[in-house]
Amino acid sequence: MADTVVGATPDPHASGDDPSRRDFIHIAAGAAAVGAAGALIWPLVDQMNPAGDTLALASIEFDLGKVEPGQQVVVKWRGKPLFVRNRTPEQIAAAVKDDNASDLRDPATDESRHKPGKAQWLVLVGTCTHLGCVPTVGGGDYGGWFCPCHGSHYDTSGRIRKGPAPKNLLVPDYAFLSDTKIKVG
Amino acid sequence: MSGHSTYEPTTGIERWLDTRLPIVRFAHDTALSFPTPKNLNYWYTFGGILALMLGIQLVTGIVLAMHYVPHVDYAFASVERIMRDVNCGWLIRYMHANGASMFFLAVYIHMIRGLYYGSYKAPREVLWILGCLIYLAMMATAFIGYVLPWGQMSFHGAVVITNLFGALPIIGTPITTWLWGGFAVDNPTLNRFFSLHYLLPFVIAGLVILHIWALHVPGNNNPTGVNVKSENDTVPFHPYYTVKDGFAIGVFLLLYASFVFYNPNVLGHADNYIPANPLVTPAHIVPEWYFLPFYAILRAVPDKLGGVLLMFGAIATLFVLPWLDTSKVRSMRYRPTARLYLFIFVLAALVLGYCGGQLPDDPVIGAPSGLMLLDADINSMVWLSRVATLYYFAYFLIILPVLGLTETPLPVPESISEPVLSHPATTPVGAAASPEKRG
Repeated sequence: MADTVVGATPDPHASGDDPSRRDFIHIAAGAAAVGAAGALIWPLVDQMNPAGDTLALASIEFDLGKVEPGQQVVVKWRGKPLFVRNRTPEQIAAAVKDDNASDLRDPATDESRHKPGKAQWLVLVGTCTHLGCVPTVGGGDYGGWFCPCHGSHYDTSGRIRKGPAPKNLLVPDYAFLSDTKIKVG
Repeated sequence: MSGHSTYEPTTGIERWLDTRLPIVRFAHDTALSFPTPKNLNYWYTFGGILALMLGIQLVTGIVLAMHYVPHVDYAFASVERIMRDVNCGWLIRYMHANGASMFFLAVYIHMIRGLYYGSYKAPREVLWILGCLIYLAMMATAFIGYVLPWGQMSFHGAVVITNLFGALPIIGTPITTWLWGGFAVDNPTLNRFFSLHYLLPFVIAGLVILHIWALHVPGNNNPTGVNVKSENDTVPFHPYYTVKDGFAIGVFLLLYASFVFYNPNVLGHADNYIPANPLVTPAHIVPEWYFLPFYAILRAVPDKLGGVLLMFGAIATLFVLPWLDTSKVRSMRYRPTARLYLFIFVLAALVLGYCGGQLPDDPVIGAPSGLMLLDADINSMVWLSRVATLYYFAYFLIILPVLGLTETPLPVPESISEPVLSHPATTPVGAAASPEKRG
């Protein structure tokens, strides 16, 4: 029955009539809907990123006088442990000796990992570069740190030597305010 | 499978409701009269057990949320308060914590049942994939839930697992920061984990509904793997399987109760009764037992990204299993060679679970051999994990595809009833087999 009507009384609203105009409306409406959905989803995703107060975490100052030679002090910085280690001359010598060792996975000289003329002070972010555990000081095959979680060995310069971790322990941004005081962050 | 409805409303109110919302008819057709193969054994009762465990976890979890405080300063203390001061709080928490373990125990048996009887094969691929999604959601829920008490294992477990995503190139760091809501696992992380831990069980419940829907389209597989041919092959779900499932649930609850009442902490880790300390990682960090096989796979690879990819790959492989197994025969009852390889697979999974709980450099037997292969002693957990990991993947990616084409399966019966009725013990001399009397 319907096919007898087609052509007899042209219906301006029939589907398929003037396809380009119809398509334009479909595409425009679809694009608007996608745009609106995207605009709505982004705040819902972005709210999980660090909030303003989290980002505004202050830098910390630390008095090196608390750390005896051979010792390490762990302080909390941005929710993570920060290692401040006062290295003995033997430990520094061991680190420098291995500067060109073939098993350095993330090659770096010991020189590049401390401030000039402050070879005894090693300041590192104390999270294993594998999966974020806190390595224990003095352990492992190289006398630096040993991560108990998955067995990564770091040397006395905090360089990865053995185990699954891909990178050296991270050196944060810090500066000496005086001979005995540093500012981290 | 889903034939016409046999529901007949008997009372006036049921007839009134049936024409408006046929919900009683739906329940009747789904849970009472549903035609079910008559040869299902006790391995098939774990679906019902799992539904019950989900219910228990939901109820106990909602109750715990009434007392728990999702804040780094109060979370640990609020859990201790639940244990000491809240009326029956200890019982509800032990039910919830051990319930998670029981849930995983049941799901692993349920999955191995599916592997053995070929329940993932056509036309049940979607059913199997939905099951894999449920398993994935269960793992996410369990991991997040374990973080909430904010003990040492909670905290450092959260650190390790979220750092897994950091292994991804380029997007790794933004993703971990996004997950944490900061630069480390901290209060924002705990808050969102609590929110998601409340949400995900309902996602699981939704997936379970789809899973049961997908089950009821082709109907149950069965131990012969042969399709249902006639009504003689089936019995109504009630009373036959309500009773069988009910008995299995009773036995399973005995095991569950023995943990809850007699050894509620044996599956946990003592370190989680120490409040979280971001500055000290426990000497021996291990996940809950149900994650140990995947943890062993992660540690078997000496490369960070490789380990992470292989671990997720171990789960991803399950999703494509229906297309990896090339055999036309469903049940391994008629595939003796495949059955042997499946037993070795289960053994490999158990070995991985064992390795995951040990330190990587620990010797497997006796003292270290002193013989180094690549980066580790040949007599070490790492090498045992590697062998087992290799088998895990070989089973899915090599053995099942090749075996389906090369093996010679045993003769498969014509129907579910046929092997029973043709068995000499059920056919006395002179008596004609009369299937119609044996429904």
